[in-house]
Amino acid sequence: MNEDVFKKLNEKISAKFPDAIEASDLAYDFPSFTIKKDNIHDVLEFLKNDEELNFHFLTDLTGFQTADEKQLGVIYHLHNMLKNIRVRIRTYFDINKPEIPTATDIWPGANWMERETFDFYGVRFKGHPKLKRILNVDEMDIFPMRKEYPLEDQSRDDKDDKMFGR
Amino acid sequence: MSKKENIIPESEETIEKEYSILNLGPTHPATHGIFQNILKMDGEIIHEAEPTVGYIHRAFEKLAERRPYNQITPITDRLNYCSSPINNMGWHMTVEKLIGCTVPKRVDYMRVIIMELARIADHLVCNSVIGVDTGAMTGFLYIFQWREKIYDIYESICGARLTTNIGRIGGFEREWSKTTWDQIHNFVKEYPKALKEFANLLERNKIFMDRTVNCGPISAKMALDYSFTGPNLRAAGVDYDVRVATPYSSYQDFDFIIPIGTAGDTYDRFMVRQEEMWQSLKIIEQAIKNMPKDQPFHADIPEFYLPPKEEVYNNMEALIYHFKIVMGETEVPKGEVYHCVEGGNGELGFYLVSDGGRTPYRLHFRRPCFIYYQAYSEMVKGIMLSDAIITMSSMNVIAGELDA
Repeated sequence: MNEDVFKKLNEKISAKFPDAIEASDLAYDFPSFTIKKDNIHDVLEFLKNDEELNFHFLTDLTGFQTADEKQLGVIYHLHNMLKNIRVRIRTYFDINKPEIPTATDIWPGANWMERETFDFYGVRFKGHPKLKRILNVDEMDIFPMRKEYPLEDQSRDDKDDKMFGR
Repeated sequence: MSKKENIIPESEETIEKEYSILNLGPTHPATHGIFQNILKMDGEIIHEAEPTVGYIHRAFEKLAERRPYNQITPITDRLNYCSSPINNMGWHMTVEKLIGCTVPKRVDYMRVIIMELARIADHLVCNSVIGVDTGAMTGFLYIFQWREKIYDIYESICGARLTTNIGRIGGFEREWSKTTWDQIHNFVKEYPKALKEFANLLERNKIFMDRTVNCGPISAKMALDYSFTGPNLRAAGVDYDVRVATPYSSYQDFDFIIPIGTAGDTYDRFMVRQEEMWQSLKIIEQAIKNMPKDQPFHADIPEFYLPPKEEVYNNMEALIYHFKIVMGETEVPKGEVYHCVEGGNGELGFYLVSDGGRTPYRLHFRRPCFIYYQAYSEMVKGIMLSDAIITMSSMNVIAGELDA
């Protein structure tokens, strides 16, 4: 169904930014592209401003951690409402240097979504107007959605918690 | 003591214009939820607003990474708790998309009935509460018993009222009883009268219109820039509805219109929701009329759908599947899906990444409230405090969905 869209996107992005695409797939009929970190801002801007593609709507922006726990990612879901096509853009970067450019200058609505991603994954969006925690308390010093902080095992019995009677 | 002395100005030259800081919330009866807004006020005009969110953050995305797929449904209840069946159905459909399962038409139609009832309940709360915030208590008092009737329908289907956990992956838990159908028929027959009465009270009411027209407007461009969806975007004049753009659950079979506004102000948001309730009723009527007969009420996916109890006791396969589902040992294929449904407030999206294990590797909820509430501080800049209150209630910001 979306094969034409996928082909078109592949052509257009690689024509404008050669070797920016690291991977691409059409799983579950949803065009997805993995873009190099250095190109991400330009590619997003191109996808929005290109007259033919016109991905004017940022549906979703969220964080991700790869299974080897060495990389973080940011996933963008873009939408062109006029033609009703969607695309997923992923970008991965080193967990020790989690810095990518902000998308707030392209879509103002990315503001809180980036703050949420920072809050849970610690991704620093360069150029964000006010990058601080949003859902968690300001004093928190970890990034709780990272895989290195597993949820507590419900069956543990080494805790003596009189208050909650675990 | 020295600080106190400084408050009194020594001479007239030291008097400067100063903004006063007002804390609206976290718990204030007019905000219908736990929202804090630190307002910088110039008299009664809001100069700047700083929303603080996260008071009821419950770490759903983290919790979901430890739970088997069927145990995530109760989490989704608590997102937008005014219309939890939509969230439940959205989640079921996301998993069905991941495992590549098609459900019978009958399930689709039953889901449509439930989702549209939930939409009516959601809009009904929002609209009647706009009335309350503008000082019109009557409409709220009369219409609210109809939400109760919708909850009775939920109750007869799944046993719960507010946090419904309705349906299963693949369909419904059981065939709907005669009582349920009677209740639905009765609702479709009687509700238009009540809604008409409610509309008469408010829609062309001079006081209500004076209060809401041109209050907290947002332009279509700004709404799109801030990723608005749902009634709030449609009130600004953009005809985007997930039910039409990417039909799910057989919405393409139904004939309904998408109401849109022009100014994007409180009155338009109110009117869009009013009209959507009429359209929802139309959809329910069509679904009842065209409901496919002689089809099962669930898909044939034994790995995910709990078998009937008699079979568990008498059939080995059923016992195995029952055990695996209850213990959360069902494995799912690897994959990455994004599925969205039209929730009460807009595009409710589920971004699900599965690594083949028994729990999701990553689950992200695209919560419409969280995304459009960030424009609130822009929208209330320069308007009166009392207008800011009804702007918020007309945006239908639900704390559960906002904080996840």
